[in-house]
Amino acid sequence: MAPPSLAPPSLAPPILALRGVNKSFGPIDVLHDITLEVRPGEVLCLLGDNGAGKSTLIKIMSGVHQPSSGVIEMDGAPVTFPTPRTAQEAGISTVHQFGGTFPLMSIGRSFFVGVEPTRGWGPFRIYDRKTANAVAVKAVQDMGITRITDGDRLVGGLSGGERQSLAIARAVHFGARVLILDEPTAALGVKQATHVLRIVNEAKRRGLAVIFITHQVMHAMAVGDHFAVLIRGAVAADFKKGEKSREEITDLMAGGASMASLEAEIEGYMASHGGHPPPPAH
Amino acid sequence: MSSISPGGLLRRPEAGAALGLIAVLIFFAIFGGLTFLKPAGMSSWLNVAANLGVIAIPLGLLMIAGELDISVGAMVPFGAMTVAVVSGHYGLSIWAGIFVALSFGVVVGLVNGFLVIKTAVPSLIVTLGSLFAVQGIVLGLTVLITRSTSVALTTEGPAKAIFGDFVMGGQLQVMVLWWLALTALYVFFVHFSPFGNWIFAMGGDKASARNAGIPTNRLTMILFVLSSTSAAFVGMCQAILYNSAQVAGGQSFIFNSIIAVVVGGVLLTGGFGSVVGIFFGTITFAVVTQGIFFTDFDRNWSSLIIGVLLLGAVLMNNTFRKMALSYSPKKGAK
Repeated sequence: MAPPSLAPPSLAPPILALRGVNKSFGPIDVLHDITLEVRPGEVLCLLGDNGAGKSTLIKIMSGVHQPSSGVIEMDGAPVTFPTPRTAQEAGISTVHQFGGTFPLMSIGRSFFVGVEPTRGWGPFRIYDRKTANAVAVKAVQDMGITRITDGDRLVGGLSGGERQSLAIARAVHFGARVLILDEPTAALGVKQATHVLRIVNEAKRRGLAVIFITHQVMHAMAVGDHFAVLIRGAVAADFKKGEKSREEITDLMAGGASMASLEAEIEGYMASHGGHPPPPAH
Repeated sequence: MSSISPGGLLRRPEAGAALGLIAVLIFFAIFGGLTFLKPAGMSSWLNVAANLGVIAIPLGLLMIAGELDISVGAMVPFGAMTVAVVSGHYGLSIWAGIFVALSFGVVVGLVNGFLVIKTAVPSLIVTLGSLFAVQGIVLGLTVLITRSTSVALTTEGPAKAIFGDFVMGGQLQVMVLWWLALTALYVFFVHFSPFGNWIFAMGGDKASARNAGIPTNRLTMILFVLSSTSAAFVGMCQAILYNSAQVAGGQSFIFNSIIAVVVGGVLLTGGFGSVVGIFFGTITFAVVTQGIFFTDFDRNWSSLIIGVLLLGAVLMNNTFRKMALSYSPKKGAK
């Protein structure tokens, strides 16, 4: 594991940077002039409502799509990721909402998919179940999920948070330097989400650069060092921890002061209708 | 190790198949006596199981990987007719016939795999197309070349002994030995070598498997080649065994092998199953179709038994799979 960098996160040079990235699909412009940086040991939260371009941005960073123009830099040098594989080899690991794991495989087997440990020789090499299980369980426990003790358990039997944690532990184990988490807490309950947030902090402590995509402001504020709000494909705000309040961020995401005005509208309605909330809009 | 305990055994993919087989054996032991477990009776269902099993295992692997191949129904007569035409009608060496028959199996498998990868059309549809296309080729070419729908073939020497003879007192087909040997080979590659893991990963979540660096396209091709070549192999051996080949027949292999695979605990949507389970499922199917002859029942009832068995097996397998999913070690155990 890379030691945590000694310089404060904001002074270390960025691992991954996007400079003036644009992306259009045919006539539709999805991303405009995106410039972002993420440093080792830093959590960059990408916030945005549905359709703001978050997932396109992830796909550009993970090699699924290529930018129409603009530059991706890793460690200061321009790079291209023609396939997800090249991005992965460069140390960029993406964990999707449901963990990208195999529900009916054991923890040990799914942890080592594609890089199975073996013993024996030549054509008689056999899959080393004991080693795989032991390494997988240790990797997950080191990330703070101590409830996983048996590598033979099926992944589908884990809770949503445990599956996310398993996927993150896998990425960390195989040497990821940049971790892209795509809405890791969206489908989780409060307690499960806390688990995942703790794992994000652990990854950060180990010096990984984490890009945390979410629309849950609370979760972002719990772990984020640096925030970028995407609105209609452009970075609408870019600020550091403590520079904005939760309400300000929520309003930004909703595209202005609409949340505050909605609250005022509801309160006004309740005041004039004897405390009843307005009927749901159809 | 948890897999030794009774609960651990029930959570394995072949649990349902093993219990189903025991139930079927008890059923026929009660209604038909123990004749079908004596050597003469055993060879009747072992022969059926062997021919089916050689096709069912590669088909089951395809299903574990999330694909399906129903063109095996046309590959059996294709393999049989190819060896009969090359070595019987044209009188070339039997080895030439065997080589051509298996090569056609490889070619059809490559075409199936290529179409599935490139078009992303569900493999059921792709192989439905190749099922009819190959049937057409077999019928058209055979009639064109031989002016007949049945071609005779006489084989002697080692080729007969290896591919199409009876062993152990003249009732057991040599295919039974092939089946047992191939099953052992598949068990090793699927459950012990690292490659097996790739098949399960592919069926579990193809995109994640590809992202994890598994060559999913190449693996798909290999599995399609394996299933259609196995079917051509079975057809070829039958032609050598019975000294003739017909253009029809073989369609029963489509449903029979799918039944054997599903009874064997393979999940239709992929990602779960085992070779041993398919092996048990194949025996179960063969015992039901052949065991009926040892009872007083009219043989027409065997389809009813198979239908009920299939539904029962699927429900049972679902239950066991849920048990496997919800399993977690108890606190303090071990």
